[in-house]
Amino acid sequence: MNHEQIHEEELVCSGHYACQGCGGVIAMRHALRALGPNTIVVIPACCWSVIAGPFPYSALKVPVFHAAFETGGATASGVRAGLDMQGKTEVNVLAWAGDGGTFDIGLQSLSGAVERNENIIYACYDNEAYMNTGIQRSSATPLRAWTTTTPELFSKETPKKDIVQILVGHKIPYVATASIGFPDDLQAKFRKAKTIEGTKFIHILAPCPPGWKYSSELTIRVARLAAHCKVFPIYEVFDGEHYVINLEPEGKPVAEYLAMQGRFSHLTERQIQEIQARVDYDWEHLLHKAMLEKFEFRGA
Amino acid sequence: MKKVIMGNHAVSHAVRLARTQVVAAYPITPQTQIVEELSNMCAEGKLRAKFIKVESEHSAMACCIGAAAAGSRAFTATSSQGLALMHELLHWAAGARLPVVLAEVNRALAPGWNIWTEQTDSLAQRDTGWLQFYCTSNQEILDSILIAFRVAEEVSLPAMVVYDAFYLSHTYEAVDIPEQEPVDAFLPPYEPSVKLDVDNPMAFGSLTTPEYYMEMRHKIEEATERVHEVLPTTYEEFGRIFGREYKAVEPYRCDGADLILATSGTVSSTAQLVIETLRERGMRVGGLNIRMFRPFPARAVREALGRCKKVAVLDRNISFGQGGIFAQELKSALCNEPHRPQVFGFIAGLGGRDITPASIEEVILTADKLDAPEREIEWIGLKT
Ligand SMILES: Cc1ncc(C[n+]2csc(CCOP(=O)(O)OP(=O)(O)O)c2C)c(N)n1
Ligand SMILES: [Mg+2]
Repeated sequence: MNHEQIHEEELVCSGHYACQGCGGVIAMRHALRALGPNTIVVIPACCWSVIAGPFPYSALKVPVFHAAFETGGATASGVRAGLDMQGKTEVNVLAWAGDGGTFDIGLQSLSGAVERNENIIYACYDNEAYMNTGIQRSSATPLRAWTTTTPELFSKETPKKDIVQILVGHKIPYVATASIGFPDDLQAKFRKAKTIEGTKFIHILAPCPPGWKYSSELTIRVARLAAHCKVFPIYEVFDGEHYVINLEPEGKPVAEYLAMQGRFSHLTERQIQEIQARVDYDWEHLLHKAMLEKFEFRGA
Repeated sequence: MKKVIMGNHAVSHAVRLARTQVVAAYPITPQTQIVEELSNMCAEGKLRAKFIKVESEHSAMACCIGAAAAGSRAFTATSSQGLALMHELLHWAAGARLPVVLAEVNRALAPGWNIWTEQTDSLAQRDTGWLQFYCTSNQEILDSILIAFRVAEEVSLPAMVVYDAFYLSHTYEAVDIPEQEPVDAFLPPYEPSVKLDVDNPMAFGSLTTPEYYMEMRHKIEEATERVHEVLPTTYEEFGRIFGREYKAVEPYRCDGADLILATSGTVSSTAQLVIETLRERGMRVGGLNIRMFRPFPARAVREALGRCKKVAVLDRNISFGQGGIFAQELKSALCNEPHRPQVFGFIAGLGGRDITPASIEEVILTADKLDAPEREIEWIGLKT
């Protein structure tokens, strides 16, 4: 992507309230860049409730509806219906939620919306914890990560919930993972989502410097490494069946990714090996689902 | 041992001292440190509790209900949206007669998002059957949690300990943290008369026809009323063991007062300061801190207010279309009195706006100069 392209139509303004190096704000910038001004954003409680700016300001140039934490899928369904009844079927409805609002408290209303196949785009920017309230674990927090509710002595004992599989189980028309480390791919996925009828779910890895404990200039590097270590594979699933992997990981050791982040600094050598083994297993499993015997990749 | 701690950590210590067995909670500002500290205490083995890190407040309360039904002491904490989301289960806990204790940090409700103090969230739960206690200091928070468990378990009803966002939740004060032994003496282990027990199988909450339902509700009301007897003796025993005195309703310089200002929460302590200066200026004014909201201490309120001419009520909450909630409750407590005072309702400090000594003085002086209220609600500090 060339530089001017990003600035062509900027719908996220400067002066927003995000922390330095916030992956969540970069994610929104790319998403809106792809969707354009004909978009209404529904934001359930998350960091973005703050990032979007305090009354009477707004950091977004498109309409924003702030919603209750557990209602992203349902509120967006309502907005969609309300617009459709006025013939405004061409307006994109984007539910924009954090991992807590998606994997945990909002899962019921998301599942409801997907099962009804509401014509919305639901994007989850995943920073792997409740960051708005100060870094508490969510079910998107990875195995062994530190958070304030999973202290080092008691770090998270269960793996990250596989949200994509949950959505695939709904036979949703389109699910994709994306990362702020790969903006072309991310934007292409939002552009594609615009053209697909029914519910679209895009799961975006959005690293968080204070929550993951790394220096803010490293956000993009951390995001890219997550994909290249296979911790966060970049892929799409169509109609809950057809898998396409969009990025061939460089296959770097997970240790490299973990070492960049203070939230994993307490890990022992053995725990790192365990994590590596799980990552390898999950990757093999994904390849299997994509029915790829050998690596074969296609851009989004 | 005295320690300087934030209000939220006062809760965590109380929950630890109460030997709480199950904690289920979900983060929300400004409650979060309660839960973070509890999860530390569990990790370090200082609290031997099962900590369920649930995916919503609705589930937090449902877990507490299950745990208490199984016969364990259960605790949760929340604020604002979280309490609102629990609403269905608040009714459930009370209806099932389960003595769950909840720390509730008052925070204004959205929209727009606001994390600052306001009492509408907890007061809106007044008809759920929960006991409610409002605090004015961090010490009182710690003590109230212990007292709440004790009273709740005695009458088999859930109890909420309520305090202001930031003014207490995040403010550091010296708190006397009791030793385990006296707490054990004050608060024996939770032993419900009935529980889920394979050796004594029973069904809870079965289909209840009109033939029985009403009597069950009547029993809840009786149990709630019984708090008026249980609480004073509990406060007395607490005072004997820990040396700190409490009352459901606390008059402040009410002797010979013509006008009494009724408040709750941290505003009560600011009010005392103002009353002190006005007394020095020769004004016959007193204060009334309302600590217990459910059951409403109507008798104590009547005793405190019966002889004065005017009552000003400062509400940091609103029931739209009716006014301040404490004002309504006071009016209903007084309405059958032959010599009832005029009640002036004021609304101030919504969404965490400061209630300053000057605004409290304005309230008192406004009520003082009028013979009767000019309107149902008087707004203080409203920008035009
Ligand atoms: C019903 C309810 N419970 C709790 C909260 C408090 N709360 C606001 S944002 C948030 C965490 C959001 O986490 P996530 O969805 O991962 O978004 P992030 O803040 O990490 O961007 C919480 C717990 C709330 N607003 N409403
Ligand atoms: Mg998050």
